Amino acid sequence: MIKRFLYSQKVAPYVFVLPFILVFLVFWVYPLGSSLSMSFQKVTLGQDAQWIGLDNYTKLMGDKTFFKAVANSAVYMVLTLLILIPFPMLFAVLINNKFMWGREFFKSSFFFPALTSVVVAGTIFRLMFGEMEGSMINSILGIFGIEPMKFLKGQVTGYIALVALATWRWTGVNMLYFLSGLKNIPDDYYEAASIDGASAWQKFTRITMPLLKPTTIYVLTISIYAGLAMFIESMMLWNGNNSPKNIGLTIVGYLYRQGIEKNNLGYAAAVGIVLLAITMIINLSQLAFSGMFKKED
Amino acid sequence: MKKELMAKIVLFLFFAVVCLLILIPFYAVTIASFKPGGDLIRYGLNLRFDLSVMSFDNFAYLFTGDHAYFTWFFNSLFLTVVQVVLTLLVSATVAYGFSAYEFKGKNILFICVLLIMMVPFEILLLPLYTLIFNIGLMNSYSAIILPGVASAATIFFFRQYLSGIPKEIISAGRVDGASEYGIYIRLILPVMKPSFAAMAILNGMNSWNNFLWPFMVLSDDKKYTLPIGLKTLLTPYGNNYDLLIVGSFFSIIPIFILFVAFQKYFIDGMTAGAVKG
Repeated sequence: MIKRFLYSQKVAPYVFVLPFILVFLVFWVYPLGSSLSMSFQKVTLGQDAQWIGLDNYTKLMGDKTFFKAVANSAVYMVLTLLILIPFPMLFAVLINNKFMWGREFFKSSFFFPALTSVVVAGTIFRLMFGEMEGSMINSILGIFGIEPMKFLKGQVTGYIALVALATWRWTGVNMLYFLSGLKNIPDDYYEAASIDGASAWQKFTRITMPLLKPTTIYVLTISIYAGLAMFIESMMLWNGNNSPKNIGLTIVGYLYRQGIEKNNLGYAAAVGIVLLAITMIINLSQLAFSGMFKKED
Repeated sequence: MKKELMAKIVLFLFFAVVCLLILIPFYAVTIASFKPGGDLIRYGLNLRFDLSVMSFDNFAYLFTGDHAYFTWFFNSLFLTVVQVVLTLLVSATVAYGFSAYEFKGKNILFICVLLIMMVPFEILLLPLYTLIFNIGLMNSYSAIILPGVASAATIFFFRQYLSGIPKEIISAGRVDGASEYGIYIRLILPVMKPSFAAMAILNGMNSWNNFLWPFMVLSDDKKYTLPIGLKTLLTPYGNNYDLLIVGSFFSIIPIFILFVAFQKYFIDGMTAGAVKG
């Protein structure tokens, strides 16, 4: 009987998707729900939780360190978007050009940095941006007569180091995304444009850019997510979750500090809920603005 | 013709310069892995190729020294293999359910898959941490494997791939009297093989480099993975650069070899999500 039931065409699909349902309920819905309820409580691991209403949120609104973390994450996200979308797109178009020599070699070497873990890449960049005169970046700047800098002690230079790390790791990956988008554009479009006498720039803005829109939206969505949720990059550059005057503190870093380092789980949960709200608002409005939802209907 | 040659040279030079910038950090870490750690502390990470201070001492220490590097290395290897095999099998099964059948709740469930891809995993860190603590899975590999075993991105990719496989295979299987599960195991899985390579590589890379969640869950240093182990070499009381740099260098090698051997699959796996935007 049971076997007959499980083997029927009506029940089989549920058996197939069952693992997803279980993982989704246990490791997503439940934690998300408990995160939401924790954010209205005072929770310390090993002690009974207390309901405190909106206290965590009102406290958060007056928390200067939290706003510093939000500002850092936002600046980092915007800078990575400004660099990691236009340049990889340009590189993809150039490397796809019929005049390109060594295309495959460049494609793979641009991809190399993505193979390293954040721990390894972060360690290398921390040392490269070291404050000693002989450290790589300083010694290169020295050639141009620029005094050695303490990169990881200043706000602007700290951002530069963070964004340099992100640019190094993700330029090649984003370029590959755009390359796979370019493959879907038929050559006839360009030939027709050439016959009409369009310049290379016109072809780029009138054909390439509009037709790369789905790829651009995809890259934009994952970059917004990655930018706002960045943490380990900062942890590796500053060798811990503490940077001078919190210049490298991110939203997830603050969540980690409150939740794990200070065992203040309720407050940390509130930080997480705010991060979720920010990510969802930005991404959903970005998708709505670019007309993604209309296309689905 | 002359103009074309000029374009070729300019393009090539431009990419050569960018490529050089990208490869410099690799050069720096390679050079540094041959220098004593003290040199690094005194002069910083630099590009100086100086044979008089360079030696294989760090490598000798890596392979023969008294440290846990290879315990971490093999832990990472083990965890990566187990995680990849389980994640691929489970995700492929789920994707097949979504692709082959029409059933009640299918759309809602698939929206849940997409939702997971958009919600930062990081906000679930703390509730997941308390959950793992409460069910007694702390310091176990299950705590690392289970939450990701039905990977949304992998399900998404497999479903896309399956939509290109003719449905006739399934109906032909039914005519031949195969059960629903027999069809999946004997007819569909073999056809899916090519897509497994790309996903194995994407998941393997993520698993090999995964840091934050394992770092929170594992407390026993005999169970540490490579990224966690390397991170512990950096302490507030002084850093073990001798092992850190050569260990970092060596940790990149396996994935480099895999990349060179299976380059096509790497690229397919990485760009999988962007195929249909």
